[in-house]
Amino acid sequence: MNFGFTEEQELLRAEVRKFLDQNCPLEEVRKLAETESGFSRDFWMRMAELGWVGLTFPEAYGGVGLGWEDLVVVLEETGRTLFPSPLIASVLAGNAIARHGSEAQCKRWLPRLASGAAIGSFAHLEAGDAHDPASIALRGRREGAGFVLEGEKLFVPDATAADVFVVAFRTGDAEGALSLALVERDAKGLAVERLPTMDETKRTGRLRFERLLVTRDALLGEPDRAAHAIARMLDEGALAVTAESIGAAEAVQQLTTRYAKQRIQFDKPIGQFQGVKHPLAVAYVDIECWRSLCYYAAWALDSAPADAPLAVSRAKAYASDAFPRIGIESINLHGGIGYTWEYDAQLYLKRAKWMRPAFGDADFHFERAARLGGL
Amino acid sequence: MDFNLTPAEEAFREEVRAFIRENLPKNRGDFAGVAQWQKKVREKRWVGFSWPKEYGGGGGSVMEQAILKEEMAKSQAPPLGSCFMGLSWVGPAIIEYGTDAQKKKFIPDILDGKYQWCTGYSEPASGSDLASLQCRGVREGDHYVVNGQKIWTSIAMWSKWMILLVRTQTQVAAKHDGITCLLVPMDTPGITVRPIKNMAGGAMFAEVFFDNVRVPVENRLGDEGRGWNVTVSALAHERSSIAEVQSLLRSLEDLKKLAKACVRNGKPASEDPGIRRRVAKIDARIEAMRLCGLRFLTKQLRGEPLGSETSINKLIRAELEIEIGELALEIQGSRGPLWKGSDVVPESGRWQHMSLSWPEVVIGGGTPNIQKNIIAERVLGLPKD
Repeated sequence: MNFGFTEEQELLRAEVRKFLDQNCPLEEVRKLAETESGFSRDFWMRMAELGWVGLTFPEAYGGVGLGWEDLVVVLEETGRTLFPSPLIASVLAGNAIARHGSEAQCKRWLPRLASGAAIGSFAHLEAGDAHDPASIALRGRREGAGFVLEGEKLFVPDATAADVFVVAFRTGDAEGALSLALVERDAKGLAVERLPTMDETKRTGRLRFERLLVTRDALLGEPDRAAHAIARMLDEGALAVTAESIGAAEAVQQLTTRYAKQRIQFDKPIGQFQGVKHPLAVAYVDIECWRSLCYYAAWALDSAPADAPLAVSRAKAYASDAFPRIGIESINLHGGIGYTWEYDAQLYLKRAKWMRPAFGDADFHFERAARLGGL
Repeated sequence: MDFNLTPAEEAFREEVRAFIRENLPKNRGDFAGVAQWQKKVREKRWVGFSWPKEYGGGGGSVMEQAILKEEMAKSQAPPLGSCFMGLSWVGPAIIEYGTDAQKKKFIPDILDGKYQWCTGYSEPASGSDLASLQCRGVREGDHYVVNGQKIWTSIAMWSKWMILLVRTQTQVAAKHDGITCLLVPMDTPGITVRPIKNMAGGAMFAEVFFDNVRVPVENRLGDEGRGWNVTVSALAHERSSIAEVQSLLRSLEDLKKLAKACVRNGKPASEDPGIRRRVAKIDARIEAMRLCGLRFLTKQLRGEPLGSETSINKLIRAELEIEIGELALEIQGSRGPLWKGSDVVPESGRWQHMSLSWPEVVIGGGTPNIQKNIIAERVLGLPKD
């Protein structure tokens, strides 16, 4: 029985934390957020070199061959400092390629994704904003051995940075008749557009397909059979943003706790008032709860995949429910200073608003958990 | 991470399961069966399983304690031993602070469940602020003379002994000083017990009055004036809250059945999206409590210090006990406010009773606000108020 991290994993955490603290403190994050790309290519390449981008990819293709249990450690740290990078998007795309790709596809993409030379992303959501794979409406019209895509995908993470997209689309009327394709950035008929975000450390965009041809060898896995692959990718995504949110929520909770110890009103530190200390205690309890749920879900993705959907939904629902509340409470507890652009609390509130719907909000995941729990 | 048990732990779990299969009484009303059960678990040394073997306990490791508790709770077995307070804190305090004579006199009886103990801590003016207690103990020769009042004393009317905190010194630097712990026979002249009816209509706790009650000095537990320390045991109990989790999981499964069975607004409550979400939220919080417990257990197994973070589970449990009772009534719609006594109320009014009984566990071990204070001050380091 061991529900904790190994020494190696703790070392990894320390290494990531040191890297981020030295290179990308919040002042630097703010600067990057104002740039067009939103992230630093230099940091990205160095992270990749340290093995963090390809952490979960097979060693045969330039990865490290570890699992989600290890990756959550990295993501908790990138969340803590709101580190901007296309890490989650690239990992999800790479994992899908590693799991379902042909030898040629793995060879072509995984080493480049792992080294940081290429960036991956995936396109799942549409105007209907439905997370359930069965709701995918974008149709691939059969043409020869391939398909033609006409339409659009929305909320595509790091769309303008990506070199390759894993695109989910419908290839039949049956609910699960779905397929995945690898679409390259410079493919004919693809237009990519950035959608401005409230949290500028997170980027998202729209893909428009105009008679975009998906050849047979661009399909990822078998046609009509991708429902499971898509569901797994969504579970991984939900887990990834939940892991990041642990670090981010803990950071703003600590920022607020420090402030409550220093700020004097009515001749006492405000942290002495129960009206201040209780919300901070509740925030701590909530963070520890979704931390536990998240670690377990990471373990399940690696070691007990059948348990993973329920475990992920519990974790993501909890985080989506609690993190925005913590963000708002942090601003309230700070008073006027918390409302300013200059003070960092607002950055975390925006992150909370960003993560809330990502890969399914609390309503979606609580409903899914209810169903999986037999209700 | 690894959620598997070692072969030895697995074997122990199998032993527990086999024992349960063979010996579990048919129901709690089967008094002869329960008595037989108590005799057998005592022979197994599963009563006081965490206590050192030299005191008649089981000397069970932290992991074995967790396994035993989990299996027992899963099978809804009767408690291991019948003297709840004796096993929970009186016994551990005696093992740690008692004289040899006290150990010899009390420990075997607690393990055998010969009689009940009650706990005289709270007073009318000292609830959450327990250390402000005023019940007086004045030394007169080889006796302490006790005058004052205790309240919220669970099962005082059925107990033979009480573990009692009295103030033996009034001029003290800190209010935790000057408190002394006494072990008092409940039939001592001058003790009056008056049961208090609770909002669910039952009477589990009582007021206890002390009028010149003479307690021999040899019944003092620990040093005079150091009684506060006596209440805090250092015995290595596993702290995974695994039994509480199992009991909550059972309530959750029953709640789901109730939601399917109850029609409200013309359709089963289980089809209402709001109800479904609240059930799922309860499910997620129980799972979080289970997993936080496993993280605490892992820390204990690694020999790392475990502090006040375990208040996390106390707080979640308190909130869940209330929320489950509330949701159960909301699921029942207009039937919710009924009481037992008709066939219109589901399950003979069991949920109605539950929705009025949570204070027993929620307030007893420290109110939710006290748990929040503990977390804020001892974990987050915020200043005491």
